[in-house]
Amino acid sequence: MGRTLAEKVWDEHVVRHADGEPDLLYIDLHLVHEVTSPQAFEGLRLAGRTVRRPDLTLATEDHNVPTLDVDKPIADPVSRTQVETLRRNCDEFGVRLHSLGDVEQGIVHVVGPQLGLTQPGTTVVCGDSHTSTHGAFGALAFGIGTSEVEHVLATQTLPQARPKTMAVTVDGTLPDGVTAKDLVLTLIATVGTGGGQGYVVEYRGEAIRALSMEARMTICNMSIEWGAKAGLIAPDETTLAYLEGRTRAPKGDEWDAAVTYWRGLVTDDDAEFDREVVLDASAMTPFVTWGTNPGQGVPLGGSVPDPADFAEESDRVAAEKALVYMGLEAGTPMREIEVDTVFVGSCTNGRIEDLRAAAEIVRGRTVADGTRMLVVPGSARVRLHAEDEGLDIVFKDAGAEWRGAGCSMCLGMNPDQLTPGERSASTSNRNFEGRQGKGGRTHLVSPLVAAATAITGRLASPADLPARD
Amino acid sequence: MDKVTVHAGRALPLRRSNVDTDQIIPAEYLKRVTRTGFEDGLFAAWRKDPSFVLNQPEYDGASVLVAGPDFGTGSSREHAVWALMDHGFRVVISARFADIFRGNSGKAGLLTACVEPDVVERLWQLVEADPATEVVVDLEQREVRAGDLVASFEIDGYTRWRLLEGLDDIGITLSHDDQISEYEATRPSWKPVAGPA
Repeated sequence: MGRTLAEKVWDEHVVRHADGEPDLLYIDLHLVHEVTSPQAFEGLRLAGRTVRRPDLTLATEDHNVPTLDVDKPIADPVSRTQVETLRRNCDEFGVRLHSLGDVEQGIVHVVGPQLGLTQPGTTVVCGDSHTSTHGAFGALAFGIGTSEVEHVLATQTLPQARPKTMAVTVDGTLPDGVTAKDLVLTLIATVGTGGGQGYVVEYRGEAIRALSMEARMTICNMSIEWGAKAGLIAPDETTLAYLEGRTRAPKGDEWDAAVTYWRGLVTDDDAEFDREVVLDASAMTPFVTWGTNPGQGVPLGGSVPDPADFAEESDRVAAEKALVYMGLEAGTPMREIEVDTVFVGSCTNGRIEDLRAAAEIVRGRTVADGTRMLVVPGSARVRLHAEDEGLDIVFKDAGAEWRGAGCSMCLGMNPDQLTPGERSASTSNRNFEGRQGKGGRTHLVSPLVAAATAITGRLASPADLPARD
Repeated sequence: MDKVTVHAGRALPLRRSNVDTDQIIPAEYLKRVTRTGFEDGLFAAWRKDPSFVLNQPEYDGASVLVAGPDFGTGSSREHAVWALMDHGFRVVISARFADIFRGNSGKAGLLTACVEPDVVERLWQLVEADPATEVVVDLEQREVRAGDLVASFEIDGYTRWRLLEGLDDIGITLSHDDQISEYEATRPSWKPVAGPA
């Protein structure tokens, strides 16, 4: 019987197999950031261990870093200590680090792909659940905890139980104005936040093939939001075109050899998945969340649901609690919800294509009174790229704030936070209670919906906007 | 890591599903560079509500957390496990756990017992009726016992063995060092390299 793409990548990385034990997998690329690594480096130090493969390890500063005054020392002393600890650890253990101010600094999941480090058929791990992003290249990529970070630093391997496989096939074509973000939010609302638990998922079908690499990363990024171990997409011409010429992509004969291998990274026709989900892209619309987990979403044209309509008791209770937290009434049309802050950024939607899409909507328009719009590029490179295209001017002319690169308001570890009761439309990945700041209320949206919402001050899509003057 | 065999203690009934790791410990507590001292961050937002179950004196000293399905979703932060353990929890019982949280628990020595949903409901009822109810979680027998309730739980055999023996994962892997080196010798030269420090 044939094998799925995920099984091929898995098999290629098994260092040791023994019945009744997890496989020992080799890790091609280990990405590191300041929040989940200090205790791992300390563990190495206490045990007198070294980093086995510093050449396969790359660190960046992203979670804590400010997006204003980035040329000054970090004002928050605790954040500063954590970032300085990473610098000391990387120096001591010989790990390459892209620090604040470095042109390659940025969100770890934006930096890996833009350097060409994330390649098809590789295994990629990081102490961050959104490591699933890298699956867009046909890599097997998943988030790990700090103990596992230490394990990979020490051994360049991880013991892993073989997961089940799932296919998510998305047929048809996405309508105009409907993006990868809407697609993945629709998927999560359909299968639930636990729907992917225990599976590695392959996204396939006509609608997936039509997506750019940026859009594929948006989809794979949110695999973890429905519980999947990893999500991946088979490499194709779009993947090769994105990779060719990037700093860390293979060159010359090495490129040819790599491409020959990568072309075989597809699921065999006679392979079987443990589960299959089929969606129709042509029926999708802009999609937004109303609750406090990413599965609590509806089409933008819909309304806040009534908890009484949920069949499962646990869903009903969860919806009741979510509405209280979100300060929403059942039956309210989503388009009537007023928003205080619009956040465009994160490892989900902080890439150049996302910024272009948002800029195109706000170009020649003005952010609504009483609404602020924060635009945070995913990396310093994305920021420079956007400035080359004049996108910073477009945002600033509209009244938006143009910031430095980092995770920023996606999780509010830096000063970019919501205040209690403040409501956001956010292109990030989690609408958990307090995620963007204590008491903050988050609606997950696409960059297009975020930009249109900034203009109207209520949840909106570009189609809702009046023509420009 | 301390060995885990049989744990007996009182339980805390947490009647919530989808308890994500941002709720278990909010991001502001993740700036520390230590591995201990996270108990003040445990359920920090919910604890501000006096009616939150963790604030009820009858559950003081509980060491078994009984939670709704999809416990530990979201962020990979192992700080969630550390915060639970720093507060005194040794076992979490739920009908479904998020993968990364469960993996982190196994590494840090927190036992995650996966049971049928009706077992969670019966435990909630038992403990709410009498908070002094002793809940026994027997890793040898893969069994939860409380009052007249006896139910089996699921945990993968390898994690069970490591917990029972109190083994350090890295030590086990390093005993296969020669196989790692053999594998490395076969890696194609075009594989990505992060570059010099």
